[in-house]
Amino acid sequence: MPPVTLHLKQVANALIEPFDLSLEPGRICCISGASGSGKSRLLRAVADLEPHAGAVLLDDLEQQRLPADQWRQRVRLVPAESQWWFDRVGEHFPAHYDGAGLEALGLPAQALEWQVSRLSSGEKQRLGLLRALAFPLQVLLLDEPCANLDGEATRRVEALLLARIRAEGWPVIWVAHDPAQIRRVADYRFQIKQKRLVEVTDGCD
Amino acid sequence: MGVIEISWWQLSLAFGLVLLLALLAWLARLGVSRSLLIASVRTVVQLFLIGLVLELLFSVGTLLWVSVLAVAMLLLAGREVMARQQRRFSGGWAYSIGTAAMFVSSFSIAVITLLVLVGPDPWYRPQYAIPLLGMLLGNTMTGVALGLDRLTEGAWQQRAQIENRLMLGQNWKQALGPIQREAMRAGMIPSINAMAAAGIISLPGMMTGQILAGTAPALAVKYQILIMLIITLGSGLGVMLAVLAGGWRLFDQRQRLRMDRLEMRAR
Repeated sequence: MPPVTLHLKQVANALIEPFDLSLEPGRICCISGASGSGKSRLLRAVADLEPHAGAVLLDDLEQQRLPADQWRQRVRLVPAESQWWFDRVGEHFPAHYDGAGLEALGLPAQALEWQVSRLSSGEKQRLGLLRALAFPLQVLLLDEPCANLDGEATRRVEALLLARIRAEGWPVIWVAHDPAQIRRVADYRFQIKQKRLVEVTDGCD
Repeated sequence: MGVIEISWWQLSLAFGLVLLLALLAWLARLGVSRSLLIASVRTVVQLFLIGLVLELLFSVGTLLWVSVLAVAMLLLAGREVMARQQRRFSGGWAYSIGTAAMFVSSFSIAVITLLVLVGPDPWYRPQYAIPLLGMLLGNTMTGVALGLDRLTEGAWQQRAQIENRLMLGQNWKQALGPIQREAMRAGMIPSINAMAAAGIISLPGMMTGQILAGTAPALAVKYQILIMLIITLGSGLGVMLAVLAGGWRLFDQRQRLRMDRLEMRAR
């Protein structure tokens, strides 16, 4: 899918007051904030998973003008906890998936044959991310993609994401906690404070 | 052959034995004595009243009064469906989805059965129409209640999975499909089981009643077969309709899973 610019215009819900945000292709916007401040719900609004105010656009294509499933085929939200409903990992991937990214994330090629019931939380998180990237997309929304990972796996996920984001030109909203991670990956840094989305300038996290 | 009369004192003897059971349950601290007593009193009162209503109705026998009783039965069945769900649609939807599904399935199948299969004269003759509709509604009610309960409970427990499917670009029908199919299956199983056990494990009530009333077993069996087939038909159709409508109500026009449209029943 061709690169697009993501526009949020006066987007708001019960937890966040109206704000504007535009992200060009390949740009990463990190959002942090106390738990319960509405970070995940902001991502859900962009993916149109819950009612919200304001407009979300891909270039000049308005969210509400596409059928919701087609919107989410373009705007991919990766939840903090991935869900699995078939027996084997591989059944959740598109038929043409060739195992791209498994090795980069420290997973063996046989991981696709693994039983879902035996996955650890870290394996679920990495496989959930690969699954989300295995389907075509234009905008990436990440909800703490490294929440269940150790330092080594975190670096691997960051490296894979940065490479793919640059190559594909996805605008990205990345919800993160770790200030060091935010410094490593972010082009723009925002924080949710008292229901407002405010840009973070250097030196204060 | 006439039917042997049962007198009121013979019935009260049976009732006395149920009281004894309630006492036993109370001594064993099963915690069901109260509901056992209430239910048995309800049985006596409700059946006695419907007996009066039926005697009256049979003596009048007009389409208008048959319809009035049929609608009353439908509305009560709708209430019962709603009461049997733990997590149900709010704002009257639980009632209307269940009732509408039962109306479409039970009424249409009752009318077809009366017109084409049994053919009494007139077709709405209350001796045929009311018991037929009663059996259809009673069983469809069970199926619809089970199906809707499974649907809402399944959607609640697997809401994260449904949403994850949506996030990957599936539409709501794909995301809910497995839960819907499971709910339909659950709602259809009682009537399938009843058919499988009929005549071997259980002698169905209607057939037993007809035989007691002096009908030849061969004819009673034919009626029973007809009833079991249309019950399966009615409840199967009712469950499918209710679960389809319920699934549709779980999502809004943007295909978002709307758990806020369900409410937990106050206990």
